[in-house]
Amino acid sequence: MKNFKTKLAGVAAAVSLSVGASVTFAADTIKVGVLHSLSGTMAISETTLKDTMLMLVDEQNKKGGLLGKQLEAVVVDPASNWPLFAEKARELVEKEKVSAVFGCWTSVSRKSVLPVFEELNSILFYPVQYEGEESSKNVFYTGAAPNTQAIPAVDYLAEQGVERWVLAGTDYVYPRTTNKILEAYLKAKGVAEADIMINYTPFGHSDWQSIVSDVKKFGSTGKKTAVVSTINGDANVPFYKELGNQGVSAEDIPVVAFSVGEEELAGLDTGPLVGHLAAWNYFMSVESDENDAFIESWHAFIKDEKRVTNDPMEATYIGFNMWVKAVEAAGTTDPEAVQDAIVGISVPNLTGGLSTMMPNHHITKPVLIGEIQDDGQFEVVSSTNGLVQGDAWSDFLPGSKDVISDWRKPLACGNYNVKTGKCSGQNFE
Amino acid sequence: MTICKRLASALLLVFMSLCGSTSYGEGNQTLFDEGIRLIETGKLKKVADGVDLLINSKHDRSAFILESMLESKLYRHKKQKQLVMLVEKNDKGLLIADLDSLESTRQIGKRKAKRIPLNNKLRGKIKGYLASQNLNADQVSVRKAAIQKLLSALDDETLALIKARALYESNPDVQLLIDTAIALDALQSENETDRLKAIPTLSESLEPAVRNQLTQTATNDTSKAVQLAAQSALEKIEDKIAFYGFVEKIFFGLSLGSVLVLAAIGLAITFGVMGCINMAHGELIMIGAYTTYVIQLMMPNSIGASLFIAVPAAFVVSGLVGIAIERGVIQFLKGRPLETLLATFGISLVLQQAVRSIFSPLNRSVETPDWMAGSIEINPIFSLTLNRLYIILFCLAVFAVLFLVLKRTVLGLQVRAVSQNRNMARAMGVRSEWVDALTFGLGSGIAGVAGVALSQLTNVGPNLGQSYIIDSFMVVVFGGVGNLWGTLVAGMSLGVANKMLEPVSGAVLAKIFVLVFIILFIQKKPRGLFPQKGRAAEG
Repeated sequence: MKNFKTKLAGVAAAVSLSVGASVTFAADTIKVGVLHSLSGTMAISETTLKDTMLMLVDEQNKKGGLLGKQLEAVVVDPASNWPLFAEKARELVEKEKVSAVFGCWTSVSRKSVLPVFEELNSILFYPVQYEGEESSKNVFYTGAAPNTQAIPAVDYLAEQGVERWVLAGTDYVYPRTTNKILEAYLKAKGVAEADIMINYTPFGHSDWQSIVSDVKKFGSTGKKTAVVSTINGDANVPFYKELGNQGVSAEDIPVVAFSVGEEELAGLDTGPLVGHLAAWNYFMSVESDENDAFIESWHAFIKDEKRVTNDPMEATYIGFNMWVKAVEAAGTTDPEAVQDAIVGISVPNLTGGLSTMMPNHHITKPVLIGEIQDDGQFEVVSSTNGLVQGDAWSDFLPGSKDVISDWRKPLACGNYNVKTGKCSGQNFE
Repeated sequence: MTICKRLASALLLVFMSLCGSTSYGEGNQTLFDEGIRLIETGKLKKVADGVDLLINSKHDRSAFILESMLESKLYRHKKQKQLVMLVEKNDKGLLIADLDSLESTRQIGKRKAKRIPLNNKLRGKIKGYLASQNLNADQVSVRKAAIQKLLSALDDETLALIKARALYESNPDVQLLIDTAIALDALQSENETDRLKAIPTLSESLEPAVRNQLTQTATNDTSKAVQLAAQSALEKIEDKIAFYGFVEKIFFGLSLGSVLVLAAIGLAITFGVMGCINMAHGELIMIGAYTTYVIQLMMPNSIGASLFIAVPAAFVVSGLVGIAIERGVIQFLKGRPLETLLATFGISLVLQQAVRSIFSPLNRSVETPDWMAGSIEINPIFSLTLNRLYIILFCLAVFAVLFLVLKRTVLGLQVRAVSQNRNMARAMGVRSEWVDALTFGLGSGIAGVAGVALSQLTNVGPNLGQSYIIDSFMVVVFGGVGNLWGTLVAGMSLGVANKMLEPVSGAVLAKIFVLVFIILFIQKKPRGLFPQKGRAAEG
């Protein structure tokens, strides 16, 4: 029944679109927007995703394009400047008339473009792990939510006998929210207040001497201690260097990081880091046919055998393929039709399984814990038994534990309180 | 099927360890072989069982196998399904040797063999085992590390080993550690007097394991006397810890301060002496750091020496870029500070983007030479990290050289003359234009040298300069414009203040407090800590 409805909606949309098609879509390519910073602070991470998108579009075109048309990637540079993200997003949707946008990295850039996509009713695929507590009709989150990254990582450490926790992060929204969730989660598991130490540092912090020394002291009480790190991007390099210099090894105090992947390690001598951990939904070292093929085509595209692949690249890959499949199912690139068609679509992920778009616009993924090796790769030491579904609203925060998100009709609400039965719109605080 | 196998191997393990002591010679080879067989599978869970078997087998080759595992040299040949030893990684793939005959090596492709996986638990277990093997090592440091490792997990077996060692230990440091270990064990004894006797020895030790044990004794011990003794011993230890904590904070502060001084001292010359606001100063630091990177690329086999070449190279490269900026832009904007500020800000953006285009926007990895990694351990709770120590010394050396240049050379004399009274200096025959260019070059060159030091502490990327420009201006303004001593004192005191505040307020607030303090300070003393006196100050 539901299928029939969506099909009907798709057909209706297609008809209405074909009427106006000659006016709106004069060109015979389908445009996709790529909204990643190519200059400024975030260029370091985002340039790779731009290249990934170009590669995916290229491959799709070699396979014959989409709906009989060629795809065309429209690349803009929001230059790590958050307000500029909103402007460029508007430019992509209004002026370039792109069918979907793939982009953003930091949460603040996503928050900045969110109103634009909602106003213009377009589609954004967001490929990076984030703090959750958000759900939008127009955004598809293909990265991890806290429950598909942070919580399984903490569970793994607890299994390894960790009793004392340092939650260290960069001072902005993602670490703050994640740590709030983790703190609530740990306390619910019976960890005492005195066994949790929380520490925030500014962006790009480079002098870690006192913090590492504090962590060392905190960890010398005889109880097994671990650091859960939401330290962002390149502040990690001096952090790990200081850990090495002060002689903190992974057997004594392991650090599990949520923002350190293969790309970040590429700029580091990983010798002293062996054994520290990271939690992701994908590692380059995972053995699967899809992954081998992906790495091969990435190296061919970028013409550099040394380049690594990482989790946000996989998320981009999944998001793009989901969009392609949804467009094929809907028979049109109309955002409204694609939004309906994409829920329930499954595509292969790179770890050898299938990822599915859920009604809350998050996807299902396996969670992997990896240990850093001396070649800059991760060795998977633990993985969840099955797939974990991304949760938009954390079950461990008092404000959001009763809230669910389901964009299927008739509910079609990103913020539905199951206790009060009310849908309070998207701007939930 | 697999469960059966695992169960079987677990049973074997229990059985063997039970009768291990009686049928020693027989059991150890069987256990060893079984362990090797499990490790050969390359599956983490089986490897874990295999490591247990190897340790229990007490086979004389166990230590060798486990050690090479720890150094990630143990590989599994995928086709032959057997363990091989990695000799080296090269361009063609892997050079390997068989476990039994390490001399005969052969070359295989990169993907033909896979390293035996390890996790932290296993690494800890292996290190613990190796530590007990290392008790009789020849090197004192190895013995010390071995006993320290064993302190946190003493059992009858390791204690017996330690006591055996005590009989012929000659090194006093190691002897002290052995005494600590024995006292730690005595603290667990049934006999109250034994426990009481152990405490004075323990109160001398700063090992975390000792403190944790004493904390437990102080609250849980059945005897009141022992509790009290433990408490006073703990207080003694805590006093020492507080003292070393304070010394450590000063050290951290000085090292942060020397980074600030290094970054600011070039600016103290261009801004302080010439009065020219150079927003591209940070990028000159960045160029110095990238020079280090390029030098390391050119001499990949002697990383240790690369820094000594990088220092003069960075000085020359950044100095030349600085002279080019001065000749190309700044000289035409003399006396117009606002325009200079905007123009140099523009230059900083150009330089950043140039680096992005040439080297890619990704951070480059600058290697740390071996002599700069690690730390000097003064005692178990206080150690000085070597890289910070060298940077403090380096900062003082740079400061001394610069000071001598300005005070003792002709160039220095002319620089001071021009900065004090340009017209008079020109009337005396000083080529002020030439001096300007050289001064700017000197300041920029010093910035480049700072870049070499920073490349060892932080990321080398296009944004390196931006993170230091504000701090540099802050230090120069706080210290007093035009005064090198001011820069040194200001940098060091800001560093120490920052590190004193950090544990109390957190890193974010500490930075804000320091900024607020400087704003208030500048309100009171607009000319900084060491204001210039005399006629030059009025200009």
